[in-house]
Amino acid sequence: MSRRLRAALTPYALIFPGGIWLAIFFVVPMVVMLSLSLQSGSVEEGYAFAWNWHSYADGLSNYHDQIIRSVIYGLASTVIQIIIGFPVAYWIAFKGGKHKSLYLFLLLLPFLVSFVLRTISWQFMLSDNGILLGPLKSLGLLPEGFRVLATPYAVIGGLAYNFLPFMVLPMYVALERIDPRVLEAAQDLYASRFQTFLRVVLPLSLPGVFAGVLMTFVPATSDYVNASVLGGTNTTMIGNVIQNQYLVTQDYPTASALSFTLMALLLVGIFAYAKALGTEDVLEVAAR
Amino acid sequence: MTNIQAGTGAAVAAAPVSADVPAIELDSVVKEYVSHGEVVPAVKGVSLSIAEGEFFSLLGPSGCGKTTTMRMIAGFEEPTRGTVRLRGEDVTNVPPNKRDVNMVFQSYALFPHMSVWENVAFGLRRKKVPGDEIKRRVGDILEVVDLVGREKRRPKEMSGGQQQRVALARALVNRPRALLLDEPLGALDLKLRQAMQIELKRIQRDVGITFVYVTHDQGEALTMSDRIAVMNDGLVEQLADPREIYERPATKFVAGFIGTSNLLSGTVQHVTGATAVLALGPSDRIVIPADGTASTGDAVDLTVRPEKITISTEQPVGDLSIVRGTVAEVVYLGTSNSYTVVLADGADITVFQQNAHDSTITAGRGDTVWLSWQPRHSYALR
Repeated sequence: MSRRLRAALTPYALIFPGGIWLAIFFVVPMVVMLSLSLQSGSVEEGYAFAWNWHSYADGLSNYHDQIIRSVIYGLASTVIQIIIGFPVAYWIAFKGGKHKSLYLFLLLLPFLVSFVLRTISWQFMLSDNGILLGPLKSLGLLPEGFRVLATPYAVIGGLAYNFLPFMVLPMYVALERIDPRVLEAAQDLYASRFQTFLRVVLPLSLPGVFAGVLMTFVPATSDYVNASVLGGTNTTMIGNVIQNQYLVTQDYPTASALSFTLMALLLVGIFAYAKALGTEDVLEVAAR
Repeated sequence: MTNIQAGTGAAVAAAPVSADVPAIELDSVVKEYVSHGEVVPAVKGVSLSIAEGEFFSLLGPSGCGKTTTMRMIAGFEEPTRGTVRLRGEDVTNVPPNKRDVNMVFQSYALFPHMSVWENVAFGLRRKKVPGDEIKRRVGDILEVVDLVGREKRRPKEMSGGQQQRVALARALVNRPRALLLDEPLGALDLKLRQAMQIELKRIQRDVGITFVYVTHDQGEALTMSDRIAVMNDGLVEQLADPREIYERPATKFVAGFIGTSNLLSGTVQHVTGATAVLALGPSDRIVIPADGTASTGDAVDLTVRPEKITISTEQPVGDLSIVRGTVAEVVYLGTSNSYTVVLADGADITVFQQNAHDSTITAGRGDTVWLSWQPRHSYALR
């Protein structure tokens, strides 16, 4: 094989294992799910492919409440993560000094424990007479009927907690990359500390916030673990519906159709978001 | 801790522009850091006074305290002791954003998320200058640094030289009391660096602002400065104009750091009027100007520049400093020949001989030669 030919083939050879993996475990299931979503029939009689688009219409009309709720919970948890995560990322990046790696490790430490187990421990902590609420109630600081579990707050809180590192890490990377001399330059050019933050640090950290939102909003919106462990009947998210349709009702067409609907919604949302915020012009406007 | 006053030892060069109040004054400024519980001094006591409109350089090797000194003028470092004054006003504890000096950073430190225009306008916006005045002043300064037509570019889309000029414009547009430049040409290649040296000097003359220039490059400092403070180990070794620094280095360090120089040591044999005569070897005789303190028997270190020395194969006559040695190396340098001559006491002497008339080599390796120079070209060093 000539050297030139080999050089031309090398990239394809490198992408081959990953490409095959994705083809088998991503593309094939997607096609299967698409065909499932177009079947008609019932659990008793079995399902058959029939170009049946009704599942989409039915799914939307029956479960639009859960879809809207999921998006609201996803957004709320993302906003909470930005508010909590940004100062953490900022502190580690600028004040962490020699121990930056240690602080990052501490941030990630709880995440060495299984996602489900962490959520269950939240359930344990937040239970109506548990270690948090119990003492407060016996001291009379909280009314006897007060509860957190099975409310939207518990679900949103759980979502915010569970995806926090995926928000903090990209923000940290963006902040850490800022040249400290650029901050000195801003100060030298008469900017106060607050103005330096507003005009320089914040705009330069936006790519990290942008990436963090992408990495947390999508999984939070389609999550079902937090709603099923920490939520109640009024906090059902679309993920719970899909899981229920697949595993309990075994209505595969509706479950598949809902999955595709959710995916399409998230894709449209992300593209709109990227279009609006993903360009450098935004940074310049923010810096003015 | 000794406090070296500006121009100690050597004659103080007059500042080029006379002004009643100096633009910048450092009064016994000390900066100490604490590292692992130990006090590490970076600047050990620097006093200097920089005149309005002067091009002033802080020159020295890395770690000599020149950058720390500049950062104390800018306000990024607070002196441990001592006073910093701008136009007579004590600014020792004033933060950088409230000081009327601007800095050009070594790595430029341009705002990567802003266009050239926005970068340059940053300081004026923070000072709440009216919009139409910002437009006019940014336009004017971009003309001075020759960047008209590139206002919308991002820093990363520009070459190093262009970024350098943006950094310069971003600082100059504010018309600061003084412009501080921290090794601003360090990242540029040689050709561009030389072009920018001339450019910087032109801009400084045009805008008439005091420049304080930090560099480890002696050539840069000699080319551009009105006065130079040579720093070493947290102290000013010599403060004088470039000619004085080169021709009459005050200390061993300055002699060694600036250009090529030959260091010799000898003992004073006798003092006659304004000259002292030193002996090195049996047939050697060195005459230096005596400053009135030299007396017979004193050990003296002295320096002589390689281009001041004449090399000959016959013993010269006259009231010259004369030493004898053996040629160890001859190197052809194009415009000159460089000889390395070993003296009787083992000292190496470098001699440059201009190729003015013909490129004949006076002596070859192993030849015995006499080196001679005028008494006024060698000085006793502190």
